Amino acid sequence: MTGTPLLEVEDLKLDLDIGSGRVAAAEGVSFRIDRGETFGLVGESGCGKSITALALIGLLRHPLSIGGGVIRFDGKEIQHLSAARQRDLRGNRIAMIFQEPMTALNPVSPVGRQIAEMFVLHKGKSWREANRLAVEALASVRVPAPERRVKDYPHQLSGGMRQRVMIAIALACGPDLLIADEPTTALDVTVQAEIIELMRNLCAERGTAILMISHDLGLVANVCRRVAVMYAGRIVEERGSADIFRAPSHPYTQGLVASLPRLGSRAALGRGRLQEIAGVVPAITNFPEGCRFNPRCAQATEICRTVAPGTDLLEAGGLVRCHHHA
Amino acid sequence: MKLRANLVIGGSLFALAILVGLLAPWLAHTDPVMDANLMNAEEPPSWTWWFGTDDQGRDIYSRVVYGARVSLTVGIISQLINSVIGVALGLSAGYFGGWWDDVVNALTNLMLAIPSLIFALAIMAVLGPGLTSLLIALGLTNWSFTCRIARASALSLRSQGYVQAATVLGYGDLRIMITQLLPNMLGPLIVIGTLGMGSAVLSEAALSFLGLGVRPPFPSWGSMLSEAREQITTAPWLSVFPGLAIFLTVLGLNLLGDGLRDILDPQSRSRRT
Ligand SMILES: Nc1ncnc2c1ncn2[C@@H]1O[C@H](COP(=O)(O)OP(=O)(O)OP(=O)(O)O)[C@@H](O)[C@H]1O
Ligand code: SF4
Ligand SMILES: [Mg+2]
Repeated sequence: MTGTPLLEVEDLKLDLDIGSGRVAAAEGVSFRIDRGETFGLVGESGCGKSITALALIGLLRHPLSIGGGVIRFDGKEIQHLSAARQRDLRGNRIAMIFQEPMTALNPVSPVGRQIAEMFVLHKGKSWREANRLAVEALASVRVPAPERRVKDYPHQLSGGMRQRVMIAIALACGPDLLIADEPTTALDVTVQAEIIELMRNLCAERGTAILMISHDLGLVANVCRRVAVMYAGRIVEERGSADIFRAPSHPYTQGLVASLPRLGSRAALGRGRLQEIAGVVPAITNFPEGCRFNPRCAQATEICRTVAPGTDLLEAGGLVRCHHHA
Repeated sequence: MKLRANLVIGGSLFALAILVGLLAPWLAHTDPVMDANLMNAEEPPSWTWWFGTDDQGRDIYSRVVYGARVSLTVGIISQLINSVIGVALGLSAGYFGGWWDDVVNALTNLMLAIPSLIFALAIMAVLGPGLTSLLIALGLTNWSFTCRIARASALSLRSQGYVQAATVLGYGDLRIMITQLLPNMLGPLIVIGTLGMGSAVLSEAALSFLGLGVRPPFPSWGSMLSEAREQITTAPWLSVFPGLAIFLTVLGLNLLGDGLRDILDPQSRSRRT
């Protein structure tokens, strides 16, 4: 890989305006994605995954805003770019697939036109040329009979087909980074597996990096080379996917791994319960002092309640944010 | 899809009016303005004079046929102007929100507070009579409903997944408004536009009746009514036929609007798909 990483996020802080003041919805968020790499961001609902993604594409809107830190894309800082420059990046060099695949297509526009619009918008193609490229794009996501399908409206397509169209749109301009925020939650399991396989293959062929966001550690670790685990607005652990299963270091990650059903485990056989992490995620306005995981952590000690842990480098590679990590 | 009676009848009446206007030179028996002949003054309807003649001996049938041109031109063009203004203001207000929305809202409320015909009268008084003044006066005074609907639609569509997806894909504001919002609110806008055309035909008649419309001697249904009012008892055919023409055209447009609402309404659409 060449020198500069594709995406570097350093000490990113995201503010939430709650009327009476600002709270940090996320802080100290740092990670790096290389060209063509697959990177996962995992955490419970509300921990700040989607707002981090929105910050990357310059779409945080009031009451949320970037409170500090640096986002570097292809070596250039992009967090302060003008709206027009950010729009040039979006859909062109950084694409995103939505959490809600079922509603992300315009119901009154043929899908081919929606794909073609990307070539017109970002590549300055004529509509004639764009329509031709749209058929190719649809073929590349393995939609059968693409010449006919381009004329279909979204309601004529199944959920899986619609998500393929979304992928075709997202990858149309050959982006360097594809952000997939819970791309398959609305689909059934077999379709989900197909879609993820397709997305991974296409990105691998084209050297497109993936930032995959999900609450499902198992899914993300399957797709991605490295995984970051987020808890209450902070990244608490970042590891290679294999390592995170073999030897999770942060108590929260350990809980997540232990709660995953695994083939052949007693849980999968229906005996015994999945081990769950006791307690609830703290509210954004009410993050605990010190380590935010301390009310739910079995290993918490005095220092955990007062001092926020910094990030430690692990010998085996990776980062962890815990006073007493394994 | 079952064809609805209001759609069929309304559509036919409107189509008929348009055809009559387009084919006026072939349908009319005489020139509507020139062929005055006092020998034939105030003939009642007959095989020769289908709708009778007026006090100058002009053929009422031919004048009604040519009158369709004025009524429909005013109805269609002034409503188009209204639609463009209403959509531009309402769509952008609903999409952008903020101070622009406040401005547009205030303007809409102002327009709604003043009866549009009174407003149009005031404009006509300034511009003077004539076709162009009619188009301007009626085109600038009846966009508030369109604006309301466009704004409400834009507000609710703004949070749709495909609008947000378009933002994420790098669409600019204008492109989002034109490709994502406008096509999805077209149904109700067409309905309102059709109904608005009907009321513009009526307003044209009213303004012409008041002598503010198209200048005589060229016929419009409203000015024909106006000229006929002295002779309503002695020569009732002078008012009946232009009145009927207005009635059928407006009825047709209203039925058509209702019929379109049935098939274009987003709720009935989602029930079908
Ligand atoms: N527009 C907003 N206004 C107020 N708070 C918001 C807004 N968007 C997000 N938040 C808050 O920011 C926090 C992080 O939200 P985010 O959507 O990033 O969560 P997430 O990790 O993506 O969760 P999920 O798995 O449910 O998608 C949450 O506490 C949420 O309530
Ligand atoms: S810092 Fe303390 S409370 Fe936080 S995870 Fe580590 S041990 Fe648990
Ligand atoms: Mg989310």
